[in-house]
Amino acid sequence: MGRYIAKRVVLLIIIVFFVSVASFFLVHLLPGNPAVAILGPNDTPQNSAILNKQLGLDHSLWVQYFIWISHVFRGNLGQSFTTHQTTTNILANSFPIDIELIVFSQLMAFAVALPMAMTASRRPNRLFDQFSNSTAFGFLALPPFVIGPVLVLLFAVHWRVFPGPASYVPLTQNFWSNIHTMLLPSIVLALGSIVLYFRLLRNDLISTLQEDFITMARSKGLTDRRIMWRHALRPSSVTLLSSAGVAIAGLIAGTFVVELLLQLPGLGFQLISSINQDDYTVVQGITLVVAVAIVLIQFFFDFIFTVVDPRIARD
Amino acid sequence: MTPSPPVEAQLAPPLLEVENLKVSFATPQGELRAVQGVSLSLEQGKTLGIVGESGSGKTVLSRAIMGLLPRHSATQTGSVRFQGEEILNTSDKNLRHFWGTKIAMVFQDPMTSLNPVQRIGHQITETLKLHLKLDRAEAKETALSLLIQVGIPSPVERFDNYPNQLSGGMRQRVIIAIALACAPRLLMADEPTTGLDVTVQAQILDLLSTLQRDRQMGMVLVTHDLGVVATRTDEIIVMYAGNVVERAPTHVLFSEMSMPYTEALLRSIPRIGNPSHTRLMSIEGRPPDLISPPPGCPFAPRCPYVQDKCRHEKPPLVEGAVPGHSYACWFPISTPVTLKSDSGAGVA
Amino acid sequence: MTEIAAAMPEETASLGPLGVLLPGGAAAPDHGAPKKRLGIFFWICAGWIGLIILVALFANLLPLPNPDFQNFAAPQNGAPGWGHLLGTDDLNRDIFSRLLFGSRVSLIVGFGSTAIGLILGGIPGMFSAYRRGRVDTLLNTVSYIVLAFPALVAVIAIGSFWGHQLWKITVVIGVFSAPLIFRIIRASTLSYASRDFVMAAKALGASDSRILAREIFPNILPTIVSFGLIAVAGVIVLEGTLAFLGLSVPPPTPSWGNMLNEGASLLAGGPGQNNPWLVIFPAAAMFSLLFTLNVVADKLRSHFDVTEVKL
Repeated sequence: MGRYIAKRVVLLIIIVFFVSVASFFLVHLLPGNPAVAILGPNDTPQNSAILNKQLGLDHSLWVQYFIWISHVFRGNLGQSFTTHQTTTNILANSFPIDIELIVFSQLMAFAVALPMAMTASRRPNRLFDQFSNSTAFGFLALPPFVIGPVLVLLFAVHWRVFPGPASYVPLTQNFWSNIHTMLLPSIVLALGSIVLYFRLLRNDLISTLQEDFITMARSKGLTDRRIMWRHALRPSSVTLLSSAGVAIAGLIAGTFVVELLLQLPGLGFQLISSINQDDYTVVQGITLVVAVAIVLIQFFFDFIFTVVDPRIARD
Repeated sequence: MTPSPPVEAQLAPPLLEVENLKVSFATPQGELRAVQGVSLSLEQGKTLGIVGESGSGKTVLSRAIMGLLPRHSATQTGSVRFQGEEILNTSDKNLRHFWGTKIAMVFQDPMTSLNPVQRIGHQITETLKLHLKLDRAEAKETALSLLIQVGIPSPVERFDNYPNQLSGGMRQRVIIAIALACAPRLLMADEPTTGLDVTVQAQILDLLSTLQRDRQMGMVLVTHDLGVVATRTDEIIVMYAGNVVERAPTHVLFSEMSMPYTEALLRSIPRIGNPSHTRLMSIEGRPPDLISPPPGCPFAPRCPYVQDKCRHEKPPLVEGAVPGHSYACWFPISTPVTLKSDSGAGVA
Repeated sequence: MTEIAAAMPEETASLGPLGVLLPGGAAAPDHGAPKKRLGIFFWICAGWIGLIILVALFANLLPLPNPDFQNFAAPQNGAPGWGHLLGTDDLNRDIFSRLLFGSRVSLIVGFGSTAIGLILGGIPGMFSAYRRGRVDTLLNTVSYIVLAFPALVAVIAIGSFWGHQLWKITVVIGVFSAPLIFRIIRASTLSYASRDFVMAAKALGASDSRILAREIFPNILPTIVSFGLIAVAGVIVLEGTLAFLGLSVPPPTPSWGNMLNEGASLLAGGPGQNNPWLVIFPAAAMFSLLFTLNVVADKLRSHFDVTEVKL
């Protein structure tokens, strides 16, 4: 078990390293003097001085990278040239919104997908199963940028059930208003995840339910519910957990979309704004953080995988 | 064999009574008739052996008796009565009163019948806590004593093991422990030793016999091996293609064997006493199509004594000379066959 | 009353415990394997995709108003009507026309990027799986690392520095789809490369590329086609997302994502100001394309998958 983890950690470090290199060198894709390119319209003597200090531009490229990385490790991700807020600050303010969105939407998706899959797997290929399979299939064709505007149009603008764009209220300020604001974007995000979770769970449950030990469990007089929860779900949850990692990566795109759609001040929103304002250091910083976060999350889910299923660890 | 139950118990309805049970499945090719009218009865404390090759319907029969067949694909008619109460085609909810507590099943493949991600101790205590309402400590104690009863060494250690940490024989003992946990009155053992080492098989079968005797349970032993049931059962039913083709109390079966199929089964068991390089006798041909069975006796295509009548008319199950013996054959074998079953090794 | 579907145990031929070969048993009841026909639904979906492709190709031959033309004679954000079948947007442009021309962006990026991905990823995938060795391990690790980097973020970042022309977007997405295609095709090739018929061909003296072309490729072709279509759908979603975020082909070029972006930005204005047509029609168009692509890909996959058992 220890060796397995050690291998994964090494791989993780390598990946994070590459990600950081990639993020750093993005800036250097630009032709000409990077300083001028980075600053762009924000080229003032003051900003130049800050940039030179941050990036150590008179040194060689790799030294610059290491200077930058050392800054990063000390928590310094540069600062915005338009607002002069530090990147770290920007991140700290916007990250919680994304976390809330992701958690909320995945809980919703799970709350829908799990009962759906359990009901469908009990009678495969009968009415409910076919119905839910088709519905799930339909959701596949409704990515956030397609279904989002439609839902906002219907529920926020026309029927006024949910608040429209630019009405975000932080959790700390007012709990119920916050939930009210986050409900619609979470639903939009949840749809894609429902498909993923439902399909995986349903297929897994069906094949688990055909196993001999399930028949044995029945013969022990256990109720269907108990069998489903205690015996069938556990092996199936393995696939589910590992798929959560995959799902998270796909959620990033969706999160950006709903943030822009409803003008929620999350990371995506910040990233887009920074891009539009040519605020390259912020772009660099956010890219790095988001990429590393995703890698870490996937690693985390891989790790859970081995804990839930003791057989995997034993290999 | 087993001691007779006291007189009072004999007046009670038989433990298990099956009357004209038919099971068929709907398939794209047509209706598959897996069990075509089987009747049997079992008294408390007795053992019934059901013998037949793969495809004879014996497993379907045992599952149908227990009520474990999927209701939406299996059509079941007839009657199955446990202690006088009808259980065929009743709801799962109803059957759960019986499953685990009054009727239990020992399954064929211990590797796949145990939940691979649960510790075996838990799998035993589950029913104890659920049906007998024992608390955790009591359940564990009971489970440990069960493990000892089924002959598992160092039960305390084994309690926390996962199935893949045990050998095949030990897993099967665990399954037996699970089945016996709530002291059922009837034990269905479906090929309990197939796939196990030959030496282990004898141990497991002996264990089952001992436990059955000690607890005075009724036991149904389903197997394809006539040798297995030769010394461990009170009555034997021979099945072929979904039909009962011969039935008799055990010693009568071997002394009055009438149906050629039974004889063929017996012949195919190799004997230790035979000279080396004796050819293994196997039965030629394959079992019949259960979807559109041809007319006549199902065994006709493969019977060494087949006559014309056999191919056209299906023989009914008739009583033989000895009480309790019935067979389905137009031209039964009349010569008795001597069975060297008491030489033990290689057969039991 | 629900019930747990306990499957029938399969009765097969077995070796009895005493070593006697017992005759084989009847087959387990077949719970209805589907016939492997493609079905009319498949053809309707395939036809729809074909129609969209045709429209994209021949849009300028159709009697449509210029998609960039701002017709001030028509109402702004007008409802569908005779002159403008699907209404007008907030710059007085005809939505129907923009919708049809906008299909080009989605289709070009979709098929173009996938093609690039297949070449950059698929071909190395086949060779790598077949040859094995150090190159294979290296490529595999590289693909794993590149895959770890979230594609959207990478494409956004690169796009913002490099430029948003259509061909550049296609290339970038194509490059980033290569690792995934590499892995899929590599896995598929691996499952065939070790089979006997390949070894037989080798023993007859066939060269590697001949084996790949004649023996392996025809077998992995179904996977390539059905996964390729899924990849196209995925790329279309990626580009659409980018366009929605304002990071794809810039206006005034019409694309379905752009149109949704415009429609969405108007939503902030409330019921009076917004343009529901600018939301509904591009959304419907996108949905129809994605849905049909998924259906076709899925039916092709199950049609060719001879080992699949429908539960």
